[in-house]
Parts: sequence; C-alpha cells; structure tokens
Amino acid sequence: MAFENTVDVNHPVHEVRSEAIKNFENLGFPSKKMEEWKYTSLKSLLKSDMSVFPKKESNLDYKDVKQYFIHEIESYKIVFIDGVYSSHLSETSHEGLDVCLMSAALSKPKYRLLIENYFNKIAVRDGLTSLNTAFSKEGAFINIPRGVVVEKPIQILHFSTGMESSLMTQPRNLIVVGENAHVQIIERHQSLTDNPTLTNSVTEIFANKRGIVDYYKIQNDKDAASLIDNTYISQQRNSHVSVHTFSLGGKLTRNNLQFFQKGEYLDSTLKGITITDKKQHVDHSTLVHHAQPNCESHQDYKGIYADKSTGVFNGRIVVEKEAQKTNGFQQSNNILLDDTATINAKPQLEIFADDVRCSHGCTIGQLDDEALLYLRSRGIPKKEATALLMFGFANNVLESVKIPELKQRITRLIADKLGVNLGFDL
Amino acid sequence: MAYTEEELKKELETKEYEYGFYTDIESDTFPVGLNEDIVRAISMKKEEPEWMTEWRLEAFRVWKEMEEPEWANVKYKKPDFQAISYYSAPMNKPKYDSLDEVDPELLDTFKRLGISLEEQKKLAGVAVDVVMDSVSVATTFKKTLAEKGIIFCSISEAIKEHPELVKKYIGSVVPRKDNFYAALNSAVFSDGSFCYIPKGVRCPMELSTYFRINQAGTGQFERTLVIADEGSYVSYLEGCTAPMRDENQLHAAVVELIALDDAEIKYSTVQNWFPGDKEGKGGVFNFVTKRGLCETNAKISWTQVETGSAVTWKYPSCVLKGDNSIGEFYSIAVTNNYQQADTGTKMIHLGRNTRSTIISKGISAGKSQNSYRGLVQINSRAENARNFSQCDSLLMGNECGAHTFPYIEAKNKTSQVEHEATTSKIGEDQIFYCNQRGIDTEKAIALIVNGFSKEVLNKLPMEFAVEAQKLLEISLEGSVG
Repeated sequence: MAFENTVDVNHPVHEVRSEAIKNFENLGFPSKKMEEWKYTSLKSLLKSDMSVFPKKESNLDYKDVKQYFIHEIESYKIVFIDGVYSSHLSETSHEGLDVCLMSAALSKPKYRLLIENYFNKIAVRDGLTSLNTAFSKEGAFINIPRGVVVEKPIQILHFSTGMESSLMTQPRNLIVVGENAHVQIIERHQSLTDNPTLTNSVTEIFANKRGIVDYYKIQNDKDAASLIDNTYISQQRNSHVSVHTFSLGGKLTRNNLQFFQKGEYLDSTLKGITITDKKQHVDHSTLVHHAQPNCESHQDYKGIYADKSTGVFNGRIVVEKEAQKTNGFQQSNNILLDDTATINAKPQLEIFADDVRCSHGCTIGQLDDEALLYLRSRGIPKKEATALLMFGFANNVLESVKIPELKQRITRLIADKLGVNLGFDL
Repeated sequence: MAYTEEELKKELETKEYEYGFYTDIESDTFPVGLNEDIVRAISMKKEEPEWMTEWRLEAFRVWKEMEEPEWANVKYKKPDFQAISYYSAPMNKPKYDSLDEVDPELLDTFKRLGISLEEQKKLAGVAVDVVMDSVSVATTFKKTLAEKGIIFCSISEAIKEHPELVKKYIGSVVPRKDNFYAALNSAVFSDGSFCYIPKGVRCPMELSTYFRINQAGTGQFERTLVIADEGSYVSYLEGCTAPMRDENQLHAAVVELIALDDAEIKYSTVQNWFPGDKEGKGGVFNFVTKRGLCETNAKISWTQVETGSAVTWKYPSCVLKGDNSIGEFYSIAVTNNYQQADTGTKMIHLGRNTRSTIISKGISAGKSQNSYRGLVQINSRAENARNFSQCDSLLMGNECGAHTFPYIEAKNKTSQVEHEATTSKIGEDQIFYCNQRGIDTEKAIALIVNGFSKEVLNKLPMEFAVEAQKLLEISLEGSVG
C-alpha cells in the first residue's frame, strides 16, 4: 500500500503485492495448531495493537549506536531506523556492485529485470511472509555482479527507536550474488527502546553458479523486542552458502531458514548458537531442500537454556527422488541449566532417494561435572569455569566465523551474556 | 465353538494359510453400520454387565464427536464407518480351503516360509489365545497357568469372571477419549485377551494371542489388557494375519499394559496383516493404540516386527510414572509395494531416574512410505531421566520414502537425551562382496537386512525371532532394483 505511492501500478511488483495481501487475508497469523508452529505461540505478541508504519521519522547519532556496528572493520553499511533508510549512518555503493535500497531497486527501471527475475521468487507463500510482501516498505538490495569478490563485508542494521508505543516493521532484503562472486553480510536487528517491537523480516538470497555467500545474523536484542526472521536461499551449481545465527537476546525470536538447492555439487551450511535466560523464547526452524544430485548440507546448532527460557529446534531435511548421492547432516546439541527451562526439538528427515547419506543427531544434557571440578580445582571460579565449558561446547560454530573481528565481537557478546570476563578472545 | 487344542495346533502347523486365504466358516455377523443399538447389541451378545454397556455407550458418544486424525504421514481413503460390520463370530469349527485355490506365487512364498519341526515343538509350548474375527475362540494351557494363579482368558470372560480387575484397569492407560480409534474400539470391541499375573509370579511360559480377520466386510476391534502385579514377570506375544481381499479392512485395537511396582512386561508383536497386493489394492488398515504404564521400578519392553498392513498407524508407548522405571521400544518396520507405515513410540518420563531406549529400524522398498514418529518427553520432575534413541532407515530403490519425525521435549536440567538417525541404502560393494562368494543378490539382501535388523530381532523371543526373520525375507522379495 505504501509502495503504491512510489511504484506505478503497472509494475510487476504491484501484482505480487495484491496477491500477497489476499494470501495474508486467507492465511492470517500462524497458530499453535499448525505443525510448524507447535512450540511457538505468537499470541502474546499480537494481542496489543501495533502500528505498521511509523508516524514520524527519528534520527540517531552515530556515537549512540556505534556499539551495534562491527566498527573495527571497513564495511558497507545499510542502516534503517524504524524501517526508514538513514542515509547519514549508511555507506552504500553503486561502483561495480549495488549495495543500496529495496525501494530504489523497485522503482528504478535499470533494476526492473532483476526484480522481475528475483523478487518474491523463492519466498514461501505463508501468512507472515505474505504480510511482509504486502506491506514491506524498505530493506537492503544487494546485487553482486559475476566475478566480483566484495573486499569488505556489508552490514545491514535495523534500529527501532520506540517513538511509537509499539511498532511492527517489515524489512525486506534481496541479495543476488552473481557467478563466481563472493560476499560477506552481517545482519542485525536492534531495538533502542523498552517498548515492545516486532520485526517480521524477509530476506531472499540467490547464489548463482560458484557464488559464495557468508551470512551472519546477530540477534542480541532488548527484552521487549521480538523478531520473526524469514530467510530463503536459492543456490545454483557449485555455490557455497553459509548462514550463522547467533541468538542471545530478545523476547521471542523465530528463525525460518530455508535452503533450496537448485544445482549439483553445492553445499549449504546452517549454524547457530543460542544462549537464553529469563523468559526468552528462541525457535530455529530450518529446511534444507535437496532437489539435485551430489549436494551437501551441514547443520550444527548449539543451545544453552537457563531460567524460564524455551528453545525450539525444528530442523527438516527433504531429499527428493532426483537428489541421489546427497550428503545431509544435521546436529542439535542442547544444554538445560534450569528445571524451568524447556527445549523442544524435532529433527526431521524426509527422504525419497535411496543412494543418500543422511544423519541427524540431537542431544540434551548438561555440562560435565568432572570437567567443572577439574577447572575449579585449578582455581577457576565456578562462573568462569562454567562459561569456559560453554565456550568449548559452542566452539564448533564459533570457529567457522570467517571475519575475525566479528568472531571477537560475538565472543564478547556471549561473555557478557554469561556475565563473565574471560580476559581473552577466542 | 468346538475348537480344541489339537485343532489349534493343526492351525499353527498349517502356517501357509496365514498369508492369505479365507477360512470358510459360517459366522454370526452383525449388519453393517454403527449406532447405539449396535453397541448395546454387542454388549448383550457378550452377556456383559450393565456397567460395561454404559462404559461402551459413553465411549461411543465421545467417538461421535471426534474427528479422524490426519496428522500421520499416510494417505488412504478413509474407511466408511457405517459400512463395516462391528461383530462377527465364527459359528462352526474352521474348514480349510484347498491349497489349489491359492495363488501359486503365494504358495511358493509359503514353502519358503515353512516352519521346521523344531520350531513347531517350541511353538507348541506357548499358551495361545486365538482371536478370530474379534472373538476369542480358544485359550490353551489354561490349567497350567491357573495353578500359578495366572489369569489368561478372553476379555469377555474376564468381564464376567473378574469384573473387579477389569473395572479397575480398563481405560486407565488408554482412556476412552484418547483418540478417535481408541474411542471407537472402546465402544465396539468384541473381544480380546486379558491377562493377570499375581504378585511375585514369574509366568512360566510365553503367553500369546493370535489375531485373525476372517470375515469380509468386518472390522476387527480387539482389546488387550495385561496386568502384571508387583514383582511379577510376563512375556506376551501377539501375531496377526488376514486373508487377501480387494477391499481394505479396518483393524483398530487397543492394548493396555499395567506394570505395577517391580513388575516386568515384555510385549512382542509380529504384525503381518495382509498388506495389499502389488498394485496396492486391498490390505488392512492397522490403526492401533498401545500403551503401557510403569510404576516404581517396573519395566515395559515393546518389540515389534511390522511387515504387513496397507496402512499402519501405531505408536506403542510407555508412561514412566514410577521412579526408576524403564521403557524400551524395539521396532522393525518393513514396507514394500504401496504400503505406508507411520509408526514409532512415545516415552513419557514422569518419575525420577527413569530410562528409556528406542531402537527403530525402518526398511522401505517398492513404492512404499515408511515413517518413524516418536516423542520423548522429560517432565520437570523427572530427575536424571535418560533416553537413547536410534532410528535407522534403509531404502531400496528410488521410489520409496523414509521419514523421521522425532519430537523431543525436555524440561529437566539433569536429564540426558540422545537421538540419532541415519538413512542409507545397501551398498553396491556389499552386494558385490556377497555375489563374489556365490551368494545371489536376493539372498545377499536378506543377509544384509538381517544384519541391519539384528539389534531388534535379538529382543524377540526365540520362536518369534525365527519367524520374523523369514517374514523379513519374504516381505522384501523382488525389491531388488
């Protein structure tokens, strides 16, 4: 609707939107009766009225929000405040690649072909995604032409300022990575207020032949902030895409991460660290859809749950009949620190091809008492010893972060979350 | 119902008949359809006391309000519940059809299945309760068992002779409202087995029930209730067969196990209902609710070999209520042609130090779909609860599917849950290795499947293990692609 001011009604996107509105009207918000939402209820989030479009624009000073950037490194930045693009905090580019805005991509004729080919092409037509498609106003548009290796990472930041009492934003990102291109992207949603916010984000990523995408999601939001992140990835032959999700803060976080493999000899990596306390709820819902032969997928999720928090891991691997010689791996390891914490795991395999190797493992346990005693008998206080063991537990995921500064930052965020100062960076 | 032990033995000997022909017995069959009158009529026919009739009617009322579950990963044409006869009892002693009438292809299968004399001897040492078309026709070894104080009879007999036990425990583990099929069963069950092992008694022989659907157009609804009193032990076997028919037949059973303090129940099933023909025509719909309740230090062990049925919907479960109780589930599910199986278990950990083990082996061939669906739930009171689950699937050919849907819910920080699942196929190199040594491909596959299922087969009582092994071979015949 908001788009109709900027986009002419003849634009193909107009039709996509009208269809999405209809879709949402039919489907509505997901309920716990749906198998995919069995363990996550949006009821508490949706009971209060939310404004969908912010009434006034707000501004932020860089020094106030600097801490949320990985500022140690050179990077492109696309920054949004309450869903509105902030040009003075951002650093975009059109030189050799496009790091710019969704609204620009949708309105400028030169991107029309890209939009027609990619916009809303792999996003699943469920209620929440349709809602986003219908009402999304802004987001990042990244287009890396073939052969371009982007020399610095791209940071996408969404700030909520809480000028409105409660706000629902619908960011929409589209990322197209050409043949042989390589890009690293860091995405973060950050609320700056104690008012409740709900972000319903949709990201579509297209990796063409031999493209490499490393995508990092930092989710360390305020207690009142909730996030529903829908990320859809389409991969062509020989491409490598990895998505790391670090869920540390926020009231309710739901990650719908879906990979669609559309070529041979490619691999998909999904990794995550989840550390929760209080009444947090983090839900990882993954899907890897193997439709072509000789592909691989790796999933590795580590979760530590304290207090009254709840963790959900709902992983799905589907192997189609054609996808012979698939190698699919899925692992979810969880630690419960309190009896009031809950973990619900549902690692699923759906396999229609015979010549495949698929395995999944899921464990729920606790830290090793003996290891804890070993550390404590060497003078390491209990809190630090516990933290050390947790770092060890999560290290598998942490060590595959390819940007050293980011790794350091996440280590520090985790240390903060655990309330320890380790005195060193991993 | 002149059905003697001798004849029963003969029936066991003529095992061929198991895999598909119809025993031409005159039977007393109710008109099709279901309403309160039919429920009353069943109850009257069984000469049941008033409370039982009321119990059934209540279940029927609940059932009317319920809808058929659709969440299972199976597709089938829903049975028309008004087109089934809910009661059918054999009137005369069975006469067997001549073997010439049987499909020669099937006969060949029978020959290879033929049970050796050794096994027959062993089989003869088993106390059997035969349920044909949902009516118990014979219970053997009753006297031997009675000496020990063990009650082993048909459930209708138990309702008449041991009402206090039945009244206390029936519906206590699987309530009437539990699910659609359990409610239906509670309303219309016509017979089944009842077993009570007194305190501290170790049942000297394997108890066995043999189920058979014989009459066309009938559904089979049997109800099994096994109560193991404090410190007792029983091993219970269950076997099922049905004739080959073009239409789908419905089988909706309820099995309730109650293991009181320190008791142990071992329940083994070899399910070989008619799976439908190669085109997927006919076959039995097997919608079964099986659940056991473990009190302190008790143990329930489910072992199942599922080779039959067109559609299987079955989740033998354990409620680990007492501290230190143990639940086990060992399963082999084989699907071929157009069979669909959605089977698994539920382990509900309520007590402290409860443990459970789940070993599930799924083998799919042909155009079949085989799903494991399981739940491991650790409640917040279940300190030190421990679960280990392993689900392995084997695929043969690229037209079948193997699926795993495990649900794991943990609410206790001292619990340990492990789940692993793998899916693979029989390696070409493995077959080549066997071929090289003069073992033909079909035998090689049987060999490998046997190895794959060994962990579960080992848990079966001897006489069943041999039969199960053969069943596996036969079910997979011709699936070499």
